[in-house]
Amino acid sequence: MKLEQSYAIEMLNITKRFPGIVANDNITLQLRKGEIHALLGENGAGKSTLMSVLFGLYQPEEGVIKKDGKVVSIKDPNDANALGIGMVHQHFKLVECFTVLDNIIMGVEPCRHGFLQKAEAREKVLALSEKYGLQVDPDALVEDITVGMQQRTEILKMLYRENEILIFDEPTAVLTPQEIHELMQIMKNLRAEGKSLLFISHKLNEIMEVADRCSVLRKGKYIGTVDVAGSSQEELSRMMVGRDVNFKVEKKPSQPGDVVLDVKGMTVASKRHNNNAVKKVSFQVRRGEIVCIAGIDGNGQTELVYGLTGLEPLKEGTLTLNGQDITKAAIRKRNTSGLSHIPEDRHKHGLVLDYTLEDNMVLQRYFETQFITPAGFLKRKSIRSYAEKLIEQYDVRSGQGPVTMARSMSGGNQQKAIIAREIDRNPELLIAVQPTRGLDVGAIEYIHKQIVNQRDAGKGVLLVSLELDEVMNVSDRILVMYEGEIVGEFDPKEVTVEELGLYMAGAKRKGA
Amino acid sequence: MKKKTPILRNGAVQSLLASLLCILLGLLLGYIALLFINPAGAGEAILTIVKNFMTYSRSTAQLKYLGSTLVKAAPLIMCSLSVLFAYKVGLFNIGAAGQYVVGTGACLYCALGLNLPWYLCLIAAILAGAVLGAVSGLLKAYCNVNEVISCIMLNWISLYTVNTLLTLVKEEASPYTKTLKSTNPGAMLPSLGLGQLFSKNDYVTIAVPLAVIVAVLVWVVLEKTKLGYELKATGCNKNAAKYCGMKEQKNLILTMAIAGGLAGMGAAMLYLTGFEQWQCTQSAVPAMGFNGIAAAFLGGLHPIGTLFSSYFIQHITNGGAYVDKTMYSAQISDFISALIIYLCGFVLFFKFALNKWLNKRDEKKAVKGGSQ
Amino acid sequence: MILLLQYMLIFASVLMLVALGGCFSEHSGVINIGLEGIMVMGALGGALMMKFLPESTPAIGIIVLVVLAAILLGVIYSLLLAVAAVNFKADQTLVGTAMNLLGTAAATVFVKAMNTAESVDNVSSTIQYISAKKAFIVNIGSFEFNWFMLLALIALIGSYITLYKTRFGLRLMACGEHPQAADSVGINVYRMRYAGVLISGMLGGLGGIVYITAGVSEWKFENGVAGFGFLALAVMIFGQWKPTRIALAALLFGFFRALGNVYTGFDFLKALNLPGSIYNMLPYIISLVVLAFTSKKSRAPKAEGIPYDKGQR
Repeated sequence: MKLEQSYAIEMLNITKRFPGIVANDNITLQLRKGEIHALLGENGAGKSTLMSVLFGLYQPEEGVIKKDGKVVSIKDPNDANALGIGMVHQHFKLVECFTVLDNIIMGVEPCRHGFLQKAEAREKVLALSEKYGLQVDPDALVEDITVGMQQRTEILKMLYRENEILIFDEPTAVLTPQEIHELMQIMKNLRAEGKSLLFISHKLNEIMEVADRCSVLRKGKYIGTVDVAGSSQEELSRMMVGRDVNFKVEKKPSQPGDVVLDVKGMTVASKRHNNNAVKKVSFQVRRGEIVCIAGIDGNGQTELVYGLTGLEPLKEGTLTLNGQDITKAAIRKRNTSGLSHIPEDRHKHGLVLDYTLEDNMVLQRYFETQFITPAGFLKRKSIRSYAEKLIEQYDVRSGQGPVTMARSMSGGNQQKAIIAREIDRNPELLIAVQPTRGLDVGAIEYIHKQIVNQRDAGKGVLLVSLELDEVMNVSDRILVMYEGEIVGEFDPKEVTVEELGLYMAGAKRKGA
Repeated sequence: MKKKTPILRNGAVQSLLASLLCILLGLLLGYIALLFINPAGAGEAILTIVKNFMTYSRSTAQLKYLGSTLVKAAPLIMCSLSVLFAYKVGLFNIGAAGQYVVGTGACLYCALGLNLPWYLCLIAAILAGAVLGAVSGLLKAYCNVNEVISCIMLNWISLYTVNTLLTLVKEEASPYTKTLKSTNPGAMLPSLGLGQLFSKNDYVTIAVPLAVIVAVLVWVVLEKTKLGYELKATGCNKNAAKYCGMKEQKNLILTMAIAGGLAGMGAAMLYLTGFEQWQCTQSAVPAMGFNGIAAAFLGGLHPIGTLFSSYFIQHITNGGAYVDKTMYSAQISDFISALIIYLCGFVLFFKFALNKWLNKRDEKKAVKGGSQ
Repeated sequence: MILLLQYMLIFASVLMLVALGGCFSEHSGVINIGLEGIMVMGALGGALMMKFLPESTPAIGIIVLVVLAAILLGVIYSLLLAVAAVNFKADQTLVGTAMNLLGTAAATVFVKAMNTAESVDNVSSTIQYISAKKAFIVNIGSFEFNWFMLLALIALIGSYITLYKTRFGLRLMACGEHPQAADSVGINVYRMRYAGVLISGMLGGLGGIVYITAGVSEWKFENGVAGFGFLALAVMIFGQWKPTRIALAALLFGFFRALGNVYTGFDFLKALNLPGSIYNMLPYIISLVVLAFTSKKSRAPKAEGIPYDKGQR
């Protein structure tokens, strides 16, 4: 009895079904008062669904939620808030054109006769930010502040509501190693103040550092809960994946050949602010090597790739692909001259979601004579057989084969389809931007292997990644980008993650 | 594993069901409105609207007025194809009305002012519509102006411009343009004996079969060609289209130009039959283009479907002319077609609900099958 | 000159009211293309009230009742959009277009039916309201001050305060920018969107009655409101969804619209000898040009036009 009372929140035997899948299958999660409890699982393991249930965004088919030992009913986020539950979402729920202060008070605005009383709110926010060491500028617009400050805004949002149970959904994905360190400290401070924290993550080292206990989910099922102190990264990872995982990517040493891509003094304007997003960047990619652009999200990587692939024009500089000047070449020209591009956002750029899989497979070559007649009619049969070939070769799984709507496919298979399409064009240079984002371990291993195969086949590969593990394991050479400039070049065998972090955060730079 | 998909799951069947539902509900609501205005004649009025030419008892008269309905259905088909074509590429062509107006202006001026033969007048109408459409496309592609707003502005600009232009070729005594028959019979679309089929209704011309052919062509272009593949990709996801090297801006402009050309051609298909004259003091944009929106959506956004839906809408519009004027106004059919467009907004929801219901039913079946 | 000022102010009032309406709807996340239809309905409500009020009603009574009638009909009519867009996730452009057609058709059918019922020969689509209209006008010298101008000013100030100083405004704008964020802090997005659309119905309906009483003659309902709803949308975009800028844009557009009514009063314009239709076209041409130059940078509420589905977070 005594034990039960010490739980802040309990989710007992929760089951939530969606058409076709059971997202949560009899899951139990018990959060003690004043602890940091990690919730571990791969993408698609059911963590987000479980949290949505806790917030009343979904109603579970089975199971109960208890607060302080009493059964509670949570029908919408208001109920959760009333129970003192708050969450920092993975994708921040901030209104970009509002100020930090407006975002914090939204939903619980101090009012007199419906009129906002912002002065009151500001004092309270400033006091809280002082107390917990959460530095923010209350009058800045959210769109103008750093990701770290946005996260602090989210934390203040919870504290402003005097929440006792704080949920952090993958909070470190967007931070530098140094910022992650700060966040860990903040989380410990919160624990010391008696708050109960739920820390959702798939990064084992962070869980080991900060959490007291850890519950593991896999494919919608509850695997177990362990004391972190008595466990190891290996044990946790086995619980998460269900088998031993090879974290290292197997590859031979690289043998760089001729230059495939030569970038000189490249400058790209920004769409978000008046500054340039990419500032006079120069680098080369050779055959048979994987060059990785590392950096925190939003430091010009996206614009760099847009400039290389032609989605945005260059303001200055030259691009040479395989000895051919492509500075002003149209996108189609670049693509047919040996450039393949696995885009950052597969839904925005990579696929036409309302097209079938086969139509997506020929997106980069529908205009070739093998797929159209001289009169401009599509050769449906050739398209079908080509798509079937790729589906077979790259193991793309879908409900109805070539005629499946791209929209109805899983993220991993959508990505596989894009990779199949781009690699099968036999490019000289492969540009892959966050190719493993949001995928499970199996798919990640597969994609890394494909990328290494391209390198071994003598192609140049430019990999843009935000995941330091990926950067360290896959690349042959690392370029760090900070505020639109390349601030350092490293050999992954000779640099530590911490060292990279300093460069990524702009604390150090090499004269390039 | 290969199971025959139930008939209700078929997309075309669902579209057809949804359209029929819209029509029935539209007529029902129209009937209720009539009841409110004057309960005495409501039932008869709605029947009259649905019957249209069948109110005549003699079959020759029926045929003749069926012909008249077809004469006006042809331009409506063109307008709805215009709306449909743009919609497939992600654009809402509310400007079909204005493109239709400039088409009218161009063909009538060429016919009455310049004395050109019919095929040149037809081409002029297509070009005029295409140019106007392209203007909206240009504004969208290069200035990011929402095509709905620009189209509406252009509708009014076109109306006033065409009124001014056609005043040059109007009758002395009336606000209407001169008749083709008396001024330039060579500008009239050839009938090729089609008029004979409809009890000597000479207004029935090649326009009718031409509209059907164009509908088929639109279908072929959208579904079978590289151009259709590119345009639809641009419409579904313009970022992906740009990513794979399609000329996204060119495609936008081209689409609007084609859509405009279709609507402009529609105008020629009506005014070059001599069925109507343009009123140069007209103060509202003709409804043809807007009805095109109704027909396009009612036709399930399929070129062949629009043939039927266009005919239906024209059918009830013509039927409106027969209602008892002492009780109701002819606009009652505009009212019903507006209701039908509004209801078309619910089609997606209808399909969604239908599929959900089917899923539930299948699940139940599966549970039952499992327990046996 | 005074006549120009007078027409400019009254047309600006119409545009301001309707554009502010559109602004509320769009800030809540719903594109309201149907403003035109809402105006017609508001006009119908107001005109009917004027027709049926007894002659002896005091001016203030007429003003209040007519305004209420216009608002009421506008709000009821805007429910059509709210239901379709919020509950049924319909294509907002399609529904708005349907509402424009439906508004004109329904009003015409109704007015004609009413007229024919009174006398069988009367098939016109006008409502007699000339005498009641006088209640809105106060002569200040040769300038005809219209109470609607004051109403527009009040609406402007009210909109500014509502949007920027109240809890309601903050929540409304959050729903148009980032409905998921609003939902996550317990704001009912559906309810806020309803509120936004209904306010646009209120202001649109009011704009409608102002519009038809602005002219000298009685309005033919067959003609709808001649694209004024869309001009108001252009004003809103040009005004960057901000009340103060909308007011300035409305004055500019009002000026060009007024020019069409009074250009014959200016000798130098008369000397140009342009056809009258040029002046009729002017507001539309100006708005196209203005949009062409300003749309590139325009920053619409981010989530507008996208139906909000609680299930997909």
